[in-house]
Amino acid sequence: MDLTWSPAEEAFRVEVRAWLEANVPAEPLPSGDTREGFARHLEWERRLFDARWSVVSWPEAYGGREASLWEWLIFEEEYYRAGAPQRVTQNGIFLLAPTLFEFGTPAQQDRFLRPMASGEETWCQGWSEPDAGSDLAGISSRAVRDDEAGGWRLRGQKTWTTRGAFCTHLFGLFRTDPEAQRHRGLTYFLVPLDTPGVTVRGFGRLDGDEGFAEVFFDDAFVPDEMVLGGVGEGWSVAMATTGSERGLTLRSPGRFLATAERLAALYAERGAGASDPGLRHAVAQARIDAEAYALQTLSTVTRIAEGERPGAESSLTKVFWSELDVRLHDTARRLLGPDSALDGPWTKGWQFALSGPIYAGTNEIQRNVIAERVLGLPRK
Amino acid sequence: MRFAFTDDQLAFRDAVRDLLTRECPPGVVRAAWSNADGRSGGAWKALGEMGALGVMVAEEHGGLGLTELDAVLLAEEAGRAALPDPFVEHTLAGAPLVATEEAASGAVTVTAASGRDLVPWADSADVLVVGGVVVERGTAAVDPRPAVDGARRLAAVEVAGAPPLRTLDPTERDLTADRLALGYAAQLVGLAARMLDTTVAYVSERRQFGVPIGSFQALKHHLADSRIALEFAAPLVYRAAYSLAHRDPDAPVHVSMAKAQASDAAELVARHALQCHGAIGYSDEHDLHMWMKRAWALAAAGGDASWHRERVARAIL
Ligand SMILES: Cc1cc2nc3c(=O)[nH]c(=O)nc-3n(C[C@H](O)[C@H](O)[C@H](O)COP(=O)(O)OP(=O)(O)OC[C@H]3O[C@@H](n4cnc5c(N)ncnc54)[C@H](O)[C@@H]3O)c2cc1C
Repeated sequence: MDLTWSPAEEAFRVEVRAWLEANVPAEPLPSGDTREGFARHLEWERRLFDARWSVVSWPEAYGGREASLWEWLIFEEEYYRAGAPQRVTQNGIFLLAPTLFEFGTPAQQDRFLRPMASGEETWCQGWSEPDAGSDLAGISSRAVRDDEAGGWRLRGQKTWTTRGAFCTHLFGLFRTDPEAQRHRGLTYFLVPLDTPGVTVRGFGRLDGDEGFAEVFFDDAFVPDEMVLGGVGEGWSVAMATTGSERGLTLRSPGRFLATAERLAALYAERGAGASDPGLRHAVAQARIDAEAYALQTLSTVTRIAEGERPGAESSLTKVFWSELDVRLHDTARRLLGPDSALDGPWTKGWQFALSGPIYAGTNEIQRNVIAERVLGLPRK
Repeated sequence: MRFAFTDDQLAFRDAVRDLLTRECPPGVVRAAWSNADGRSGGAWKALGEMGALGVMVAEEHGGLGLTELDAVLLAEEAGRAALPDPFVEHTLAGAPLVATEEAASGAVTVTAASGRDLVPWADSADVLVVGGVVVERGTAAVDPRPAVDGARRLAAVEVAGAPPLRTLDPTERDLTADRLALGYAAQLVGLAARMLDTTVAYVSERRQFGVPIGSFQALKHHLADSRIALEFAAPLVYRAAYSLAHRDPDAPVHVSMAKAQASDAAELVARHALQCHGAIGYSDEHDLHMWMKRAWALAAAGGDASWHRERVARAIL
């Protein structure tokens, strides 16, 4: 066991920190879940990209630095510590990209990765439908073969699409073989949202920002080269993406360590006036949990570095970080007391934290997965 | 950066696990509930012979001269087996202070306690580390008290009149308390893992309504929560062992994080284990209660979760 960083890693941290100190906007940007805020965030993304910080772990050819997973963790830690803007490009960079690296053709990688890294093209996820949420294999949106045109015609509807109204592209699952069993017959498509026949309607999330969208497909044509992985292979390709979402890449520990630190600062300001003496321990416990998450991540990264491939354990992680996020923000609300009725960063964060146990596979579903696939309990 | 144990450390752990599987099956724990000294006898001797009791005793005194990082997984195994012996009190806390060949081999048993804790197995130990002094048991006033865990005997100890073999300086006192807390945290992880394994096996076998009860979602979620609690307790325990071994100035806070989390995790796992067993888990003829009661005892020993959370709060607020 060695819990120290190498000189090269320390130097990397210094470089990241210096750049962030010089570049992070002094005033927080307007919410990235609004049209104006999204555009402002994309300017920030462009700055990150130009300085080659937007995708540190990627190959240089696509704008990265070929950083190790360790360096990526350091980057994330510094990013959140600096209070840098939310990554509105996350669904592309953190969720689609790992799938593209694994399943994409070289042509697809060359076509999509660089504009994704620069924020020129932005991606949203098209899994959920009005009648298929947790039961994702029950989706009914279809892709009908058009041999003559050499592609597929998409029909149906996606919903809850995060930032769908602002993004340029969508990735998601469509049913290519209605005769096949539920999990079979699904295909993973990459869809430009300006394709004729695609209509997007944005609508408000819990905090009122237009962060949700529904996307309608009315015989929208996509050519064959927009299939990611094989036709009929969509389920296993999609599972690779959702694994990233639950696990390592979407919610790095830096985020919760930084929130736990801000919570301690809030306690310093407000703790004396708080009505609940238990809050002191809630703040301490939040720090303990954030460190537990960071350490568990270090052990996961060690395993990956030594050639293992974590599987269903990512469900343990997803439940833990999402519920930790709720506790962190709930503690902040209780510290704020009556001021928690005011719209502010903590109350905004609280509203967002509440979605963590719902998106990326609800925590009930994750607990089923843990019970059945980690502990081996009988399905029926 | 590498957050994992070495192959040697894992091999030592496996050897201790094998030994305890042989020498300390549940029947041995059960026997300790009613025998004279509440000890295993054979398992202690075998652990001594393999060197496990002297891991942290300096080599010149017959020990292995290793650190908390080498001992932590062994403590976890002692917990998994609910070993009825002062493994942590001796191996992590007492023996390194006494530092003799007899302590290294376990021929002399050392027990230890910190804070307001009663002293475990005080009436069968040879040497006691209590209240900042090391004394011969025969010179102290030992007053046995009835304990909930019958295989972890407790006594109030008065050392006022006893001639100290040694007096600990404040640094040694604090270090000893931290080593006890670390060791208990590790034992709690082992106890919890064992209770979870046992419960998974039980709910997969036991049938009601024509199906294994483990197929019911309510029980699945209890056990998933247990698994999550363990997943996010063990790393804190291993980090605390590393920090102590490297004399990191933050080691006491790291120990507190570990002990708070492991105590809470083990209490949670114990509750879910009992609920998933139903009445059979509530019977003292079933083994579960012995693990559960050890978990309660160790969650409260060496500073309970609140005490340690308070220490974290003092450090960060
Ligand atoms: C903020 C946010 C952003 C999102 N972004 C996207 C996005 O970008 N793209 C996208 O495709 N989707 C997105 N979603 C949708 C998300 O994936 C779904 O909400 C989620 O899969 C749950 O589906 P549902 O909402 O239809 O709920 P349902 O599946 O109807 O579930 C409702 C309740 O029933 C429970 N339940 C269902 N099945 C079971 C079961 N087998 N066992 C136990 N309990 C069960 C659930 O846990 C939940 O509590 C987002 C959601 C949120 C909140």
